[in-house]
Amino acid sequence: MSGNKEEEDPRINGIKTKIRVVPDFPKKGIMFQDITTVLLDPKAFKDTIDLFVERYRDKNISVVAGIEARGFIFGPPIALAIGAKFVPLRKPKKLPGETIFEEYELEYGNDRLEMHIGAVEAGDRALVVDDLIATGGTLCAAINLLERVGAEVVECACVIELPDLKGRQRLKGKPLCMLVEYR
Amino acid sequence: MQTIISPLLVSHRLSLAPSVPRLLNNHHRAPPSIRLSSHRSTNSLRLFSSAVAAAAASASRDSEMATEDVQDPRIAKIASSIRVIPDFPKPGIMFQDITTLLLDTEAFKDTIALFVERYKDKDISVVAGVEARGFIFGPPIALAIGAKFVPMRKPKKLPGKVISEEYSLEYGTDKIEMHVGAVEPGERAIIIDDLIATGGTLAAAIRLLERVGVKIVECACVIELPELKGKDKLGETPLFVLVSSA
Repeated sequence: MSGNKEEEDPRINGIKTKIRVVPDFPKKGIMFQDITTVLLDPKAFKDTIDLFVERYRDKNISVVAGIEARGFIFGPPIALAIGAKFVPLRKPKKLPGETIFEEYELEYGNDRLEMHIGAVEAGDRALVVDDLIATGGTLCAAINLLERVGAEVVECACVIELPDLKGRQRLKGKPLCMLVEYR
Repeated sequence: MQTIISPLLVSHRLSLAPSVPRLLNNHHRAPPSIRLSSHRSTNSLRLFSSAVAAAAASASRDSEMATEDVQDPRIAKIASSIRVIPDFPKPGIMFQDITTLLLDTEAFKDTIALFVERYKDKDISVVAGVEARGFIFGPPIALAIGAKFVPMRKPKKLPGKVISEEYSLEYGTDKIEMHVGAVEPGERAIIIDDLIATGGTLAAAIRLLERVGVKIVECACVIELPELKGKDKLGETPLFVLVSSA
C-alpha cells in the first residue's frame, strides 16, 4: 500500500484537536505544529502510539529509528510495543561511539544526521519515526543511513504531514504513514 | 549486533546481604515503599547476585520482611547492556552510553517496567523528561502510568510561551525551558533523565517545576555517577536510580 492516513479512525480527530499551532515560529510565516499539547493528554498520546502499533505489530519490524528530538518521544513507545530495537538518529557529535553520517539540505546550508555503527544490521526491517514531515529532507537522510547499512526501510511514520511541501516525494519511493494533515 | 559490553567500574561499597536477622533493621525504620538496591555498582553485584538472593531470601523467610539488599534480577542485564565509551566528549570522561540498552529489547522493556512498577500507584500526573535522552525513557513511563509527558528543553526549541531556569556548567551556564501551562499547581511529578552526573540539570528542572507549584515526588535516572554527588544538589527531592557507576 502507498501508506495513507488512517482513514476515519475515530481516535484521529481527538489527536488532531490536541495539536497546537503556533504562528511565526521559529520565524515569521511558519505555522508551527506543536505536538507537546498532545503529550499533555494521556489519551491522545496513547491513541497516537496505538494507531502506529496496530499498523506495525505484525510486520516483522526489527528497528524503529527515531529522529532527534521529537522522534525520540514517539519512536520508543512504538519500539517497545512491537518488540523492536530503538535507534536514535542524532545531530552531529551527540552519539559517543563510532558513527556514520548523512548530509541533508536546510533552507540555508546543510546539516547532518548520524547513526551509531553496529546499531542496525543488514536485513533489519526498519521504520523511521518523526513527529512531522515537512520537506522530507531529514527523513530522506534517515532512509539513506539505514539503507547504507543494509536495512530495509519498510515505512516512514509521522504524526503530522505538511503535504504542500511535498515531502512524501522525497522518500526514495518509501511509503509514508501519517495521522494528521495540515494544509 | 555484537553488543559492546564494558562492565561498569566495580564499586568498593558493595555490601552483601547481612547474615544477621533483619528484625534489627525493622525496628529502625518504616518498611520501605519500594526500594530497589540502588547506589551500588551492579556490575559487581551481578557476580554475587545469586548468592545474595539466596542468602537474603532465607533471611526474609525467617523474618517476613522486605529485603532491601536483594537486587532485582533485571538490573544486572540492564547494567551489562550499557556501553562505556572512554574519553567522550573529552579525555578522562567515561561516557555511559545507553543506546546499546535501547538495542536490547528485553533490557529496554525491563528498564521501563522497573520505573513503572515503582510509580504506578503513586498518583503521579506528570512525567517531565529532560532533553534529549529523557525523551526516550520518559514517554513510555508516562504512557504506562497514565501521566502527561512534559518535555524540558534547551533554549529556543519549545514554540510556545516558556519559563526558563538557568544552571551552571563547568564553563558558563545553560538554560532549561518548559511550556507555560504544561503543568498545574498541585500536580505530582517525577523527572526523568538517562543519567545524573553533577545534578545541575536535574536541580534546574526541579526549580522550574516548583516555581509553578508542582510537587516533585522523585527524580529517576537509569544511571548515577555517585562520585559526582549529584544527589546532593537535589535538596529534599529523593533520587532513584537503577545502576550506579562508581
